Amino acid sequence: MRVDVNGEPRELPDGSTITDLLQELKLDRRYLAVERNREVVPRERHNETRLVGGDQLEVVTLVGGG
Amino acid sequence: MSTDVSADTLRVGTHTLSSRLIVGTGKYATHAEMQKSLELSGTDCITVAVRRERLIDADGNNLLDFIDTERYTLLPNTAGCFNADDAVRVARLGREILLGLENPGADWVKLEVLSDTRTLLPDPVATIEATEMLVADGFQVLCYSTDDPVVARRLKEAGAASVMPAGSPIGSGQGILNPNNIRICMEYLKENDPDYPVIVDAGVGTASDVAEAMELGVDGVLLNTAVAHAADPYGMARAMRLATEAGRLAYLSGRIPKKLYATASSPEEGVISLKPR
Repeated sequence: MRVDVNGEPRELPDGSTITDLLQELKLDRRYLAVERNREVVPRERHNETRLVGGDQLEVVTLVGGG
Repeated sequence: MSTDVSADTLRVGTHTLSSRLIVGTGKYATHAEMQKSLELSGTDCITVAVRRERLIDADGNNLLDFIDTERYTLLPNTAGCFNADDAVRVARLGREILLGLENPGADWVKLEVLSDTRTLLPDPVATIEATEMLVADGFQVLCYSTDDPVVARRLKEAGAASVMPAGSPIGSGQGILNPNNIRICMEYLKENDPDYPVIVDAGVGTASDVAEAMELGVDGVLLNTAVAHAADPYGMARAMRLATEAGRLAYLSGRIPKKLYATASSPEEGVISLKPR
């Protein structure tokens, strides 16, 4: 299936969860927040949240700012 | 009587900060330089921005590797948002990250809703709208605003925990362009509510700007570029710390009124010289 991650298309196996996606991206999960179709998915629900084709995902972290 | 600033704290909503200086984490040459600058500034509250992970660069250092989240209360901003809906989304994402870090800053946000990229001036209507939405969602909202007293009052009515008028445009280093407006903002916001926090956010260029703001009686100053882009960020971070304390102490100590003519400091009697006519 195809989803959008931070504005870029990405192929994922059907049935992938947010946890699967973050593992594939090799990101440090301590510092992240994930939004799916404009709603935050709390980290305690990453394991159970299965993605579907066409999902719009944002994976964000903190950077320097004023 | 002596005035002491050592026990003088900045209270914003449920947060109590030991320093009245809030410092941004952007625009430093390196994360290490930022880390040391923050330390020298004496701050215990730092702003951060929320951005997309760069998915191509998995081994890049994260800002958070250089921030002691036990020491600093993080204040996430919504910088870069140009409408209320996006600002609310970014605020919620910031909260989710801070909840994961178990940082006390998870329940507040520095709200910025900008109107255009050249001036980075806030959009007052969208800022008020976003404030109402975020307050309804349980946030303590610190609103970056123009120095317009009417907008300041509207933001407070919308539930803002603090109104933060800009001294001058973000990153411009022009200092406090209209101290009279800042004064009127304070009159409006602190009327029958003297502890309501007013923080000058943006425009600071150097230490005297911070001292001037604090002498006006604002509760705190938020700055970033003035330290991060100083020729010597460490020296400027220390200068900002001292200016915050000096300005606060001067405000609490009560300045003399300005007068048109001179008043001699030395006794006028017993002078051996003749006075001119």
